[in-house]
Amino acid sequence: MMTTSTLDSTASSALAARPNGPSPSQELRAEVRNLSFFYATGNKVLNSVSLPIYENKVTALIGPSGCGKTTLLRCFNRMHDLYGKNRYDGEILLFPEGKNLLGDDIDPMEVRMRIGMVFQKPNPFPKSIFENVAYGLRVRGVRKKSFIQERVEWSLRHAGLWKEVKDRLTDLATSLSGGQQQRLCIARALATEPEILLLDEPTSALDPISTGHIEELVTELKKDVTIVMVTHNMHQASRCSDYTAFMYLGDLIEYNHSTEIFTNPRDKRTESYITGRFG
Amino acid sequence: MADAEQTNDPTKSKVGESILTDLVLSSIRVRKWIDFAFMVVGLLALLFSLITLLALILDLVRTGGPRVSWDFFTSFPSRKAMKAGILSAWVGSLCVMAVTSLCAIPLGIAAGLYLEEYSKKNWITTFIELNIVNLAGVPSITFGLMALGIFVYGLGMGQSILTAGLTLGLLVLPIVIVTTREAIRSVPNSIREASFALGSSKWQMVRHHILPYSSGGILTGVIISLSRAIGETAPLITIGALTFIAFLPPSPVNETFPFVNFQWLTEPFTVLPIQMFNWVSRPEKEFHVNAAATGLILLMMTLVMNGIAIYIRYRFRRKLKW
Amino acid sequence: MKVAALTAANHPIRKWRKFKESAIEAALFLAAASSVFVIFGIIFILVSESLPFFGHVSLVEFLTETEWSPLFENPRYGILPLLSGTLVSTMIAISVAIPMGTIIASYLSEYANEKAREILKPVLELLAAVPTVVYGYFALLFVTPLLKTFLPELSGFNILSAGLVMGVMIVPYISSLSEDAMRAVPNHLREGSYAMGASKFQTIFRVVIPASFSGMTSAYILGISRALGETMVVTVAAGLQPRMAWDPTQPAATITAYIVQVSLGDLPHGSIGYQSIYVAGLTLLVITLSFNVIGLFLRKRFQESEN
Repeated sequence: MMTTSTLDSTASSALAARPNGPSPSQELRAEVRNLSFFYATGNKVLNSVSLPIYENKVTALIGPSGCGKTTLLRCFNRMHDLYGKNRYDGEILLFPEGKNLLGDDIDPMEVRMRIGMVFQKPNPFPKSIFENVAYGLRVRGVRKKSFIQERVEWSLRHAGLWKEVKDRLTDLATSLSGGQQQRLCIARALATEPEILLLDEPTSALDPISTGHIEELVTELKKDVTIVMVTHNMHQASRCSDYTAFMYLGDLIEYNHSTEIFTNPRDKRTESYITGRFG
Repeated sequence: MADAEQTNDPTKSKVGESILTDLVLSSIRVRKWIDFAFMVVGLLALLFSLITLLALILDLVRTGGPRVSWDFFTSFPSRKAMKAGILSAWVGSLCVMAVTSLCAIPLGIAAGLYLEEYSKKNWITTFIELNIVNLAGVPSITFGLMALGIFVYGLGMGQSILTAGLTLGLLVLPIVIVTTREAIRSVPNSIREASFALGSSKWQMVRHHILPYSSGGILTGVIISLSRAIGETAPLITIGALTFIAFLPPSPVNETFPFVNFQWLTEPFTVLPIQMFNWVSRPEKEFHVNAAATGLILLMMTLVMNGIAIYIRYRFRRKLKW
Repeated sequence: MKVAALTAANHPIRKWRKFKESAIEAALFLAAASSVFVIFGIIFILVSESLPFFGHVSLVEFLTETEWSPLFENPRYGILPLLSGTLVSTMIAISVAIPMGTIIASYLSEYANEKAREILKPVLELLAAVPTVVYGYFALLFVTPLLKTFLPELSGFNILSAGLVMGVMIVPYISSLSEDAMRAVPNHLREGSYAMGASKFQTIFRVVIPASFSGMTSAYILGISRALGETMVVTVAAGLQPRMAWDPTQPAATITAYIVQVSLGDLPHGSIGYQSIYVAGLTLLVITLSFNVIGLFLRKRFQESEN
C-alpha cells in the first residue's frame, strides 16, 4: 500500500496536476489519488486514477463497458474486500478528516457506514418495506422505535416513494415494481445519512418512466448528499451530473464540468465516445 | 449431391428424386417405433416402482391396520402378541429424536454456513468437503460400530438414549450439511452485497439475511434427516439397544427443584424400528401382525414428514423470487 | 444521525468487533471440522478394535478360509462367505436398480413434462424414505411368498427377494441423481443431435447420457454403496447363515447382517466375537470407501475431459 503524501494535503495539490480540471470553488468530500486496482488474478483494471469528489455535487463516471468505472466506484466502499485477494494501490482520502479509506488500518465496515451504495439491479431484502429501510439503522444498533419510524418516513419521502407505500409498509419489498424497488434501495441507503452515495448504473434495469423518476431524485438528493454515479447513458450523465469523468481501459481520460465535457471535450477519445462512435 | 448428378452414377439419386429413399423412410419408422417403445418402458418402470410402494403400504394396512388401536399405543411389549404394544418404543423414539435434533441441527447448519459463507478456497476446505461426501457414503452400521467403541465403552456413556441420539445425529449430519449448503447457495449474491453496503458485519449479514432466507430449505433438510433417523435400525442394534423394554425413562420435568432432570438420557431404551424388527423376527404369525402395525405407524410418520418437507420446499420456492 | 468516525486499528470497539467475528468463525469452523473427526473416529475405532483380531487370525486365513463361525466351539475366520452374501445381494439389487433408475431418469428428463416431473419425482423419492426394516418385513412376508408361486424351491429366507427389494429401494437414489445430471446437459447439444435427424432414443443414448456421465457415475456409485451397506432388509429376509451364497434362492448372511446378529446377543467387550464385528465392519468400510474413491476419480477424469 502506498502512503505517499501527508494527510493535510489539500485539493489544490491534486488538481494542480491536472491543468484541464475545473476550478476548485467547492469543498472536497473525497479525493482519489493515483489509484490502481488489481484483481486477485493479477489483472490491473485501474491505472493510477486521480479524481476529486466535491461536496453536494453529482460526479458521473462514464465510459465503455470494461473501462473500470464500476470497479472504481466499488473501491469507494471497499466492496472489493469481500472477494479474495484483490489489491488497491494508491489512496482515496475521505474528508473532512482526510484519512485514506483504502488503508490497511481502516475497517471496511466503518467506511460502508459512511458511504452508501445503490446497485445496478434493485436488490431489496425479501423483508417488509419498513424493515428494508430500517435495516441500516438496526445494523448500527439503533433500538428506539420512534426514531426508526421517523427515519423510515424521512427516507421514503426523500426517495419519493412515501406516497406510494405509506399504507403498505408491512408488505414484502419484493412485491414492488422494479422502479419502486430501486427507489426503495435509495431510501434504504439514505436512512443512515451517508456522506457519499454511490450509484452503480441505477437505472440500467428500469423502464424509461422509472428512469425519469430516479434522475429527478438524483438532482433533488444532492442538496443533502454527495453523489458518485456510474452510468452507461450519456444523456443521463449530462442531465444529472455536475462533473463527469470519462474512463477508458482503466485510465481516467478526462475530468471536467459536465457541461464542458459534453459540449467541448478536449480529448479525441472522449469526443468519439460521447458522439457515439464506440461504446 | 451436385457431384452425383454430374457423374451420373446410377447408385446416386437423380435430379428431382427425393433423397428420402424407402430405406431411409423405413428406418425413420423403426426409430419412431423405438422412441415410443422406450417411452412405454420408462412409464412401466415408473409404474412398477410406484406399484411396489403401493403394495407395501396396502400390505401393511391390510395386515397391521386392524391392530392399530389406543391400547396398542399405551401398552408395553408382552409375551402375548395380542396384549403387546409400542408404548416404550414410541417414547424411546421420541427421546432419541430429541437428542438427535439437538446434535445434528446446530452442528449441520453451522457446518453448512461455514462452508458456504466463510471458508476460503484452500486444502483444508477441500479436505472437509471430501470428508462430508465420504461420510454420506459410509454404511450406517459403521456409525453404530464407532458409537459402540467410542460412546459406549470409550466414554462410558453406556447403551443409553444419549448414545443413540448422538449416533443418529452424526449419521444424518451430512444430510443437514448438504441441504443447508444448497439452501444458502440459492440466496443471490446481490443480497450479501446490499447488506454489506449498509455497513453490516459478516455475522450480521448471515443472521439477518442468509439464515432467514434459507430457512425453508434448511427446514426441509432437517425434516428429511429426522425422517431418516427415525427409521434407522442397524446402528442402534449395534450399540446394544434392548428389544424388550417394559418401563419408561424418568420424566424430564420434576415437581421439585431443579425441576428438570437429565436422568432419562442415561436410560436404556428401545425404538419403533427395533420393536418392529423384534416382532418380525419371531416365528409366530401373531407377532407379524404387531410388526405390520408398527411398520404402518413408522411408515406413516416418515411419509408425513417427507410430505411436509416437500410442501415447505414447494412453498418457499414460490414465495421467494429474487 | 452521526455515524461513527473511522477508528484506528487498536480502538477497543474495533478489537471487540474483530474478536466477536473471529470467535463466531472459529465456532463454525469447528462444526465443519466435526465431520473430519467423525470419519477419523470411525476409521480409528474400526482399525484399533480389529488389530487384536489379527493377532489370533492371519490375514491369509481371513481372506481364503471359506467358513465363518467365530462364535462356534471350533471357530473359523474366513470372510469369504459373508463377502459372497454381500456381493450377491448387491449384484441382484443393482441389476434391478441401475436399469430401472436409468430408464426412469431418461423418461423424467426427456419425455415427461414439467408438471408430471414435479409430482413424480418426489413421489418416487418416497421409496427411499421408507424405513429399511419395513422393507425387510415386505421382503420376508410379501415378496418371498409371492416369488414362491413361481419358484417353489425358494427357501423361506433367501437372498433373492432381499436383493430385489433392495433394488427397488435404491431406484430413487439412482433415478433422481441421474435425472439431475441429464437435465444439466445443455439444450444446444440435444438440438444439435435432433438437427442431424436423430431420434429421441438416439439422442438420449448417444448425446445426453454420455454428456452426463460424471453425474450418472456418482448416482451409480451411491446406489452401489447403499446396497453394500444395507443391513435390515438382508437381516430380516435373507436368513443369517454365513455360507458361500452363490445360489440366491437359499439363505445367506451379509457382512452387515452378521454384525447385527452378533450385536443382538450379549457380547463381552474385548472378546473375539466383539472383535469380529469390527473386522467385518472394517472390511465393509474398505469396500465402500474404495467404491467412493473410484467414483470420485472417474468423475474427476470425466469433468476434466468435458472441459
